[in-house]
This record gives sequence, structure tokens and C-alpha cells, in this order.
Amino acid sequence: MADSTEVPIRESETPTISIAVDFYGGLHTLFGKGQHKLAIPAADKSGNPATIGFLVTHLCETKMNDPRTELFVLDGHIRPGILVLINEADWELEGEEAYEIQSGDNIVFVSTLHGG
Amino acid sequence: MTQRPGPNSVSAHVDNGEDVPDSGTSGASVSRRLTEEEFDRYSRQMIVPGVGKDGQLRLINSRVLIIGAGGLGCPAAQYIAGAGVGTIGIVDGDVVEVSNLHRQVGHAASRIGMKKVDSLITHLRGLNTLPTYVPYTFHINPQNAADIISRYDLVMDCTDNPATRYLISDICVLLCKPLVSAASVQKSGQLIVLNCPPTPQGRLDRQYAPCYRCCFKKPPPPSSMLSCGEAGIMGPVVGMMGVAQAGEAIKILISALHIPSQDHSIPLERNLAQPTLLVYTYELENAVGPYSFRALKMAGRKKNCFACGENSTLTLEGIQSGTPNYEQFCSLPSPNFTLPPDERITASAYHGARNRGEIPNHLLLDTREKEHFSFGSIDGAVNVPFGKLLTKAAAIKREGGAASDILPPVEESDVAEDTPIFVVCRRGLDSQEAVEKLKELGVNNGGKRRIVDIVGGMKAWKDEVDPAFPWV
Repeated sequence: MADSTEVPIRESETPTISIAVDFYGGLHTLFGKGQHKLAIPAADKSGNPATIGFLVTHLCETKMNDPRTELFVLDGHIRPGILVLINEADWELEGEEAYEIQSGDNIVFVSTLHGG
Repeated sequence: MTQRPGPNSVSAHVDNGEDVPDSGTSGASVSRRLTEEEFDRYSRQMIVPGVGKDGQLRLINSRVLIIGAGGLGCPAAQYIAGAGVGTIGIVDGDVVEVSNLHRQVGHAASRIGMKKVDSLITHLRGLNTLPTYVPYTFHINPQNAADIISRYDLVMDCTDNPATRYLISDICVLLCKPLVSAASVQKSGQLIVLNCPPTPQGRLDRQYAPCYRCCFKKPPPPSSMLSCGEAGIMGPVVGMMGVAQAGEAIKILISALHIPSQDHSIPLERNLAQPTLLVYTYELENAVGPYSFRALKMAGRKKNCFACGENSTLTLEGIQSGTPNYEQFCSLPSPNFTLPPDERITASAYHGARNRGEIPNHLLLDTREKEHFSFGSIDGAVNVPFGKLLTKAAAIKREGGAASDILPPVEESDVAEDTPIFVVCRRGLDSQEAVEKLKELGVNNGGKRRIVDIVGGMKAWKDEVDPAFPWV
């Protein structure tokens, strides 16, 4: 699965990794739509592998079409009340923001609802 | 199943008023014949593979507590009552309002003003007179929660706020009750079965089901939280979640999974080893598909969980005496705006100034969503939805451009650089932030132009100026 979705990497360009990012629970309105297929830089500016922490900043800077970033990020971290799942698993099991993103990963952000 | 019940059939239903029938064997397979009415009434579900007479008897001998008689509780209760659950408790302190009726299908126009619990029970008795219905016409709180929940086998969280959700889950952990939890707002819904099969607090010798806190460790800050009253809610979305809750509860009861795992020998593979969060997204933008249901796999009980984990200090006594403080836990500080008094005007003062001709030339920006604006607005108001205003402000900051571009197009002759701007929103929070944003962009022309917030928004306008205003 991971291999088939990998994008060709050319040495001269910043390598990218292809991932799928999904938003639920109203978060999709901040990003225009719920399902995104993205090619993100494989490393941050200092050359460290792209982590979930990096992805969150990257999403805010490049994909968020609503300026209310505090609905997604607070104090540099995912705001409380948002679940993060990495390949269908709770991100706590994967190291949370430190998880290094792999090509083909599916990252899901779900905002907890309380109405009824 | 081929045998019709004879004249000696005994009904298990004892209607003893406010009291919940005490059944120490609740959920166990009680062997007795079904009454003729039970047989006729439940035949269509009993012949479904996996239900049968034993499954039906488990439902009849079960006690289910539905907390919340609103958009989730109404549809949930209909199916719980229809299926023949023997004792159904319903908790809610609210009364029926006309704005409930588009989704709260257990109420009726003729019962507006009645306690929701009484209204819903009236409706349920119309469907099925066999169950014992127990009304609790007040809200659940840390003082009464354990006493109420202890009388039931399974709890359905149909409430509408995080403080109550954490409270219910904590009590369910301590009393070993399975919890079927759902939530819905605007165009999204969620459903999860928690603490099922129920396992005593602190047990971690193998995989156990999570509680609400295992899945949702911290509540969202109040500023990012939407209620149905503010954000709206589509009836079928919340209805679907409520019906799905009933479906899950019925499955649990028929399978006897509500009995604490230490007391029975149900094989491991039936223990919902894979907790699942169902998320439903309803798109009004794409009227025809794609349908979006997604089942997200969730982790099991967490070792470090505050409620059910290894070293949890949570107790029933503690909860009753105020520890933890649920209200405080769920109302962490949010950015609360208050502009200085010279940048604010009350709705009645604004109205007075207009009438006296003191502000002949001014711009009135209404930052509510366009759906709200469509119901009515102050004469001359121009709609600039708050989200759009922020987006535009961000774009101007990023890409440059005239700050005045953020203002709606108006006749040049009407607007001078000192033409004051008044900003109004729904309740008076967004408008203050909008005033700040406009100043930040320099729309106030270095102080030559006043930018003023109308205190309390259109709610205040309705209260102080125009009682007939259609405020939502």
C-alpha cells in the first residue's frame, strides 16, 4: 500500500511524501474539505524527518483557509478536544507529535462533539 | 418458539411507581414463557437470528437509563421502548420548546412547556405500555448521578455538554455500567460504546474497553465548542445517532455484555476488543453523495486514565463532594474580549442616536453568518460574516492591498475617511474581535474614524429595541 502511493523523488527537489489527511467533526470547514491527498516535505527546515508536529504546522500554513488557527492549534499543539489517529490507531500509541510520518500514512483529525 | 404461551404465563412487569424494580438477576437468561401480548408485539424482532426468546427475555429483564430527552434521547428512547426493555429511566430537567420539535421526535406541539421527560414518556406509552417508565424531571449532577445510575444495567448518554459527559462516564466506570455515548451538532455526528463489557476501575491485566476519558482525555476549550442552539443541528443527523445508540444498547443487552466481566464467562472475542468511534458527516454542499460514515478504531482502556486507569483516585464519595470539579475542568480559560468603553455602545444608545439623527452617515457591519442575517437585520446593515472578514483580513496582511478593501462596496460619496463604523454580531463577542481586526488593519485611519462595537449584538437589539426581531 505504502509503496504504490509513493511519489517519485528527484534529488534536485525537496523530497516529498504522499499522505492522506482527513478531517471530521466540523474541522473540515477549516480546511475547505474533509479528505485531502497531500505531498508534504519529507523533512522540516532543519532537515529533521517530518513528524505529526511538523504536519500540523504545515497544514496551518498551507491548507487552512480559515484564519482561526486556534480552532485547530493552541500554543503550538493540537488543541484539546481533537483526536488524532495515525493509520487507524490512537496517536498516543504512536508517539503523538513525535511520530515520523511515512509515505502512504493516513492521518485523521476528529473534533469531539458535545451537542445532543 | 413454536409454542404459544399458555394461560399460566406470568408477566415480569411490576409497575411500582417511581421505584425501579429490583432485579438482581437482571440480564440473565430468565426462563419463563412470554405473555401473549409480548409474543405478538415482539415477534418480528424475536425471529431475527441471534435474538430469539432468550434475547427478548434479556431485554424485558433489563433496565436502561437514558440521560437527555432531546435530539438523541427521543429517537433512542423510541427504539428502546419499542424493543421491550423492561425498565426505562429518563433524566432531563428541560421543558419542551417549539424549536425542539424539528428533531426531538418524542415531543409534540401540544406538549410545549411540559417537562421533556413527561412529554417523552407520554409518547413512549403510546408506543408500548409494557415497560416501566421512570421519570427524573431534573438534570443529572455530581450529587444525584451515582444514586440514579446504580439502579440501571446500561446508560445512554444523550446529553449536550462536556461536563455532564465526563461525569456520566466517571460514574459508569465506578459502578461498572456500560455506556453508549453519542453526540451531534450542525452536520456531524459521533457514536461510541464505552466501558463494555464493564470492568472494575484499575484492572489492566489484559485488554479492556475504554471509558470516555480514555478516548477524550481533555475537553475542548469552550471558545471552540459549538452547541446546537448556536451552530444549529440537522434533525436527521442527530436522529440517526440516537437510533444507532438504541441499536448498540439492544445488541449489548441481548448479548448480556452489560454484566461485569468478572461475573461471567463470555468468551474474550465477544468483548468488543476493538472499540470503534463512528463518525458521520452530512454534506449540504454536495446534495448527492458521497455518503460519509466512517468507523475509526480506538484504543482500549488506558493505563494512565484518570478515571479507570492504574492509579486512579476517582471515587463516588469524591465526586459527590465536588472532586473532580467538572464545571471547572470543562471551562478552561478562553480568550475573552472586552473593548474599552469608548469603543462600545449599547443597542438602545445606538438606536437612540440614530433616531435623533446624531449619526446620519455611518456604516453598520453585521458579522453574523448569512443564514442568521437572512432572517432580519437592522435597517442599512451590511452582512460581512465573521469568518469571511477574518479570511479577508489575513489575505490583506499577507498579500498587501488597501485595508479598506475589507469593507463592503458602498457608494464613494457616502463614505469619507472619518465615516464611523458600527459592528454588530449575534451576541457581542465576534463584533469586538472584528473591531480589533479593523483597527489592526488601519481601517480607523489613525484614529480619524471611530469603529464601535454594539454591546450584546442582535440579542441585545431584540431585548432593548425590537422585541419582535427574529433572533436565532
